[in-house]
Amino acid sequence: MGLGRFSTVLQARNREFLRDRMALSWNIVLPVLIVIGFAFAFTSDNKDIFKVGVHGQEDRNGGFLDTEHIQFIPVSDIPAAVTKVERHQLDMLMDLAEERYWINGGSAKGYVLEKLLAASELKLARQTVSGEEIRYVDWLIPGVLGMNIMFSSLFGVGYVIVRYRKNGVLKRLKATPLSAFEFLSAQVASRLWMITLVTILVYAGTNLMVGFRMNGSYVTLLLVLLAGTLSMISLGLIIAARLVNEEAANGLLNLISWPMMLLSGVWFSLEGSPEVVQHFALLLPLTHITTAARAVMIDGAGVLDIGLHLLVLMLMTVIFMTIGARSFRWE
Amino acid sequence: MTPLLEARRLVKHYREVKAVDGVSFSIPKGVCFGLLGPNGAGKTTTVEMIEGILPPTSGETLYLGSPIDERFRNDAGIMFQSTALQDYIRVNEALRLFQSFYRRTRPLEELIERCALGEFLDRDVQRLSGGQRQRLLLAIALVNDPQILFLDEPTTGLDPQSRRNFWQLVHDIKKERKTLVLTTHYMEEAYELCDEIAIMDHGHIIAQGTPRALLKKHFDNAVISLPADHVPDSLDPHPDSIHRSNGQVEILSEDINRSIRQLVEQGVSLAQMQVRSRTLEDLFLELTGHDLRG
Repeated sequence: MGLGRFSTVLQARNREFLRDRMALSWNIVLPVLIVIGFAFAFTSDNKDIFKVGVHGQEDRNGGFLDTEHIQFIPVSDIPAAVTKVERHQLDMLMDLAEERYWINGGSAKGYVLEKLLAASELKLARQTVSGEEIRYVDWLIPGVLGMNIMFSSLFGVGYVIVRYRKNGVLKRLKATPLSAFEFLSAQVASRLWMITLVTILVYAGTNLMVGFRMNGSYVTLLLVLLAGTLSMISLGLIIAARLVNEEAANGLLNLISWPMMLLSGVWFSLEGSPEVVQHFALLLPLTHITTAARAVMIDGAGVLDIGLHLLVLMLMTVIFMTIGARSFRWE
Repeated sequence: MTPLLEARRLVKHYREVKAVDGVSFSIPKGVCFGLLGPNGAGKTTTVEMIEGILPPTSGETLYLGSPIDERFRNDAGIMFQSTALQDYIRVNEALRLFQSFYRRTRPLEELIERCALGEFLDRDVQRLSGGQRQRLLLAIALVNDPQILFLDEPTTGLDPQSRRNFWQLVHDIKKERKTLVLTTHYMEEAYELCDEIAIMDHGHIIAQGTPRALLKKHFDNAVISLPADHVPDSLDPHPDSIHRSNGQVEILSEDINRSIRQLVEQGVSLAQMQVRSRTLEDLFLELTGHDLRG
């Protein structure tokens, strides 16, 4: 491995990326627009219904569960539901078996519901929690960052190398002493570096404009994003390995990225989806990026809490990179 | 003495098509070797097998007596028929990029001057004219001070002025006793630049030698051409070979003096008469029965 060759190819690729203003602005502007768009779309909280989680036997409720305009949601996992009360995703939680209820001290809806409950014949013990409301945009940000990383990695490596192959750039390089390993590692390093810069820019930009929650450590978040980017770039290398046709590469990349975007919990939680879908989602790197980044940003999770996701991402990187590098052909 | 480069029975088949079908030749050091033929004759396929870009179906290429390896890639300069450089790269950046691939290199200032790149060093390579682009690609091919330089149809698509300029560059390179492999479908270019040529058609070499020797071997005559209306339908005695086409009459003559005397005796006007030697173009037509560009 010649460090000189590696670094000149790396620099050339960086310059190409930075000078392609069109692609660059899409990489930065699009995610910012998405986030701002959603922030505005969800500012007027139009949920005009009260949400109450209910655990335990519903027949002993003293008529409270018949109240209109309240959505009663059956709950099985009490701790998870309590977290939702903290985040204002549930306005109240009732545990009929243990005869208790939880309310968020900072929730106006919770206050109203508590008055209603007091007026009914149901007598439950009061538990309070506190916590700020989690807006949709807080929940969305980690997913959008992950999604941007996915598109930029897959297309920036997969599509670009296939285009190089089609128009003869690779053929010219093959005629030099530059090795495939030097070439590919420079492509990976360049993309990793550029995506990290772009992600930091997008993060800072959106934070400036809509302001969102960050309860964890920036170092941990960066670790998640780096591991995620590497896994996505490696996946891109598989696409880049053999294809000669840009259109085929484009089709294949879309075939991979769009379902991944929809099935990795970027836009909506997969909690309610069929188990098959949830299991399948675990095979997608984006699921692990989104889940881990969300855990860091919203729950303040540390490296150990998200260790399993990091491990899976690294394992995927090793597998994808081995396949991609081994099957690579200049032509 | 071991030739610098030797091709042994190279064959390349694409499914049913035999693009190259058993081509052998050897190139001594310091020679400009031309591979000629019409489009589709198998020139580029042959050259790309020699360059180690295309794996041959069978046969082998030896560089200084050994198979193509790292040493060859360090020693060879290659200018493909159509080379793309990556997007958004500037002329000076492209030169430095390729320079970084090699251990032995030529000073860039020298290449810039020789190939006249100075005026557009900071220009994006996508925005170069055809001639500028070919000069840059030649400079890139020379960046490692190659022992052997491959030029695959380097002047195709250039205007006559740019083509002449490019030929001058190749002449300069030849003066340094570099070995060159040139493919072209311009016979004029081959005649101008090559010391030895091999003419290819349908994947075979059909003739090989120095341009002069080939012409001498195949032709002992010259062409006299006249406007058709100057020449009566029957000449006495009748010349060995006479063609009429496009309002011209072409007489192939082994003895120009005798033929002209004969025309004058028969009262044929010699106004607008042209006499020319036979060219590689004629040779190709003679050998293959079809036109070179066809």
